[in-house]
Amino acid sequence: MFRNLARLLRYRGLIQSLVARELKARYRGSVLGFFWSFINPLLLLLIYTYVFAYIMPTRFAATEQPKPFADPFPYALFLFCGILPWTWFASSLNESAGVLISGGNLIKKVLFPAEVLPIVTALANMVHFFLGLPILAAFLAYYRAPVTVGELAWFPVIVLVQLIFTIGLALLVAALTVHFRDIRDILANVLTLWFFATPIIYPWKRAPDFGKWFVNANPFSHLAISYQEVLFFEGPFGHWRWLLALGAASLVLFLFAYFVFDRLRDTFAEEV
Amino acid sequence: MSTAIELTNVSKIYRRYSHRRQFATLKSALLSRSLVRDLHPDETFSAVQDVSVTVPAGRTLGVIGRNGSGKSTLLKLVAGITKPTRGSVTVNGRISALIELGAGFHPEISGRENVFINGIMLGLTKREITRRFDEIVEFAELEEFIDAPVKTYSSGMYMRLGFAVAIHVDPDVLLVDEVLAVGDEGFTHKCLDKFAEFKRRGKTILLVTHSLGLVERFCDEALWMNAGRKRATGDPKRVVGAYITDVEKSEEQQLAAGDARAQDAAIAVSPDEPASAVLPDHPIESAEGPADMFRATEGRWGSREIEITDVQLSGPDGSAGHVFQSSQSLTIRIFLRSPLPNEDFVIGIGIFNAEGVCCYGTNTNIEEFSAVRMFGDAEAAFTVDSLDLVEGTYKLDVAVHKLDGYPYDYHRLLYTFRVKSRTKDVGIFRPRHQWRFSEGLTFTRTEESR
Repeated sequence: MFRNLARLLRYRGLIQSLVARELKARYRGSVLGFFWSFINPLLLLLIYTYVFAYIMPTRFAATEQPKPFADPFPYALFLFCGILPWTWFASSLNESAGVLISGGNLIKKVLFPAEVLPIVTALANMVHFFLGLPILAAFLAYYRAPVTVGELAWFPVIVLVQLIFTIGLALLVAALTVHFRDIRDILANVLTLWFFATPIIYPWKRAPDFGKWFVNANPFSHLAISYQEVLFFEGPFGHWRWLLALGAASLVLFLFAYFVFDRLRDTFAEEV
Repeated sequence: MSTAIELTNVSKIYRRYSHRRQFATLKSALLSRSLVRDLHPDETFSAVQDVSVTVPAGRTLGVIGRNGSGKSTLLKLVAGITKPTRGSVTVNGRISALIELGAGFHPEISGRENVFINGIMLGLTKREITRRFDEIVEFAELEEFIDAPVKTYSSGMYMRLGFAVAIHVDPDVLLVDEVLAVGDEGFTHKCLDKFAEFKRRGKTILLVTHSLGLVERFCDEALWMNAGRKRATGDPKRVVGAYITDVEKSEEQQLAAGDARAQDAAIAVSPDEPASAVLPDHPIESAEGPADMFRATEGRWGSREIEITDVQLSGPDGSAGHVFQSSQSLTIRIFLRSPLPNEDFVIGIGIFNAEGVCCYGTNTNIEEFSAVRMFGDAEAAFTVDSLDLVEGTYKLDVAVHKLDGYPYDYHRLLYTFRVKSRTKDVGIFRPRHQWRFSEGLTFTRTEESR
């Protein structure tokens, strides 16, 4: 397993070009091309803002006004901080579920390290996430969000933790879906539930008391809260212990997922 | 000489799951705790069984065998795409496998980008690809289209590009699985030239193919796989010869089985009710009789006053068979039985090709034999000294009937034989012929290809 893991480093050229190909191919033939990477999160944002700020605003009216912001609560900005990383995470998992099956030709006919495929998926979606960041930055500037350099230094750490976490789950999902195709269908629903169980559309403080432990047990909560604390809320980044703990757990998850993947590797060529 | 490929007692067992397994879901597997149990196969299928092969560096091994004999699995084992269930596979040097060409191509992006990505997948570095890029494109003959998305390529262009990339990986060991049918004649020649160049440069080639001529011409050694096992290995000519003989034998068996089925079916219909098969009022033009002599449907009819008990075909060596070489002799032996003395009979034969065209027909009356008497068991033999038919499958009519056509026993297309020929001429009949060329017209005999 560790030999294969080391081999993965040698495939970085391959991973790099596959990610580039993925990005190029995705918007090939569409008029707006790369702009979709900006437009998609914007549209999503618009929808959620409309629904939760205008159609069902009651809960958030009661939200205590975060300090630096003038009335009204800049819900769109808050939402954006969570939705952008969530989109990265959710699309990575969704795509990973099918990636070994659709890449079956490679696995069956070419000597090809299969783990590259889910990793490429996670990385390609990360690039989309990065492409969404300028819009987020514009929003932050517009609302004069209280972003400090010290807090911003944590941003790459959060991204790294999320990357490890995402790749770990992507490997697991990809490997298991080969044997249980149902995962693809289950996953879509699990991700919807997961989205609402994560403090993305509501602030963590507003989670009902009975649900708090549930939210706390959800690894993605801590990523979302970290993003929000660093980018949205005022004050020092207080969630770092949780974040580092999640980072350690993600590493363990990644190693476990890689182990499972490695064990199932030889069955892929026969099953896909 | 060092060893390039070494397979030691290699077996590959594929698992086959029962029907139930296919519909099992994760949920049901978890609920019934059958996750572990279900991962155990209900039955297994050995694609490759206990094969040991050693290919010294610089040699070319041709693998032949029927469909499903384990050739491709063997190749995938050598390529490392699948792992052997038992035994060990050792390959020294960089491998390039031409198994499915252009397997990693992405349809939306250009040929140029695909060349780079495919090359990296096959183990080249970016710099190596840049250096060989022009050569690859030139080899694929795609200079004009290299910047177009691959989805706009024809299948031939796609394959050519895949082949060009794979061949320029510069492997020590090249694995080829039946990919020479990728392009037009010219491209095939180019591929063969490239293989020859590989050979000259001392590379090892493993070639899986159905083109036996290619194995004879090109390979140093041949391996014949049969039902997952090594059937024979050694000198290509000898192995290919043995393989062809075996294929003919199995064709023979198939034809015999087919004939037996047709005859059984015919017998099942008529023998108990001969009267219904032939209406005495219109003895010849009966509905079920030879109303349309040239309509090719199998069957048997007749009154059985004289019965054809058996028909045997034999070649020059006299043993019964179903596969014959063109321009050798063929004997049709017709075994007859007449329980009562009979003085009015004609024995006839018709040969039809697979399209149902009558190639030849004759009978004893046409050839001016006058029937005198038949009683008890008898045999008539019809010998063609030289079977001048082109290659193909032929069916036989055999009949014994009255002079006026009233059938005693008519066997319609119940016997099949195949004619094999080294010459691939067309038509039905091959007249004895020769070519003569005047001065100013020179030919050499091209090598015989099968």
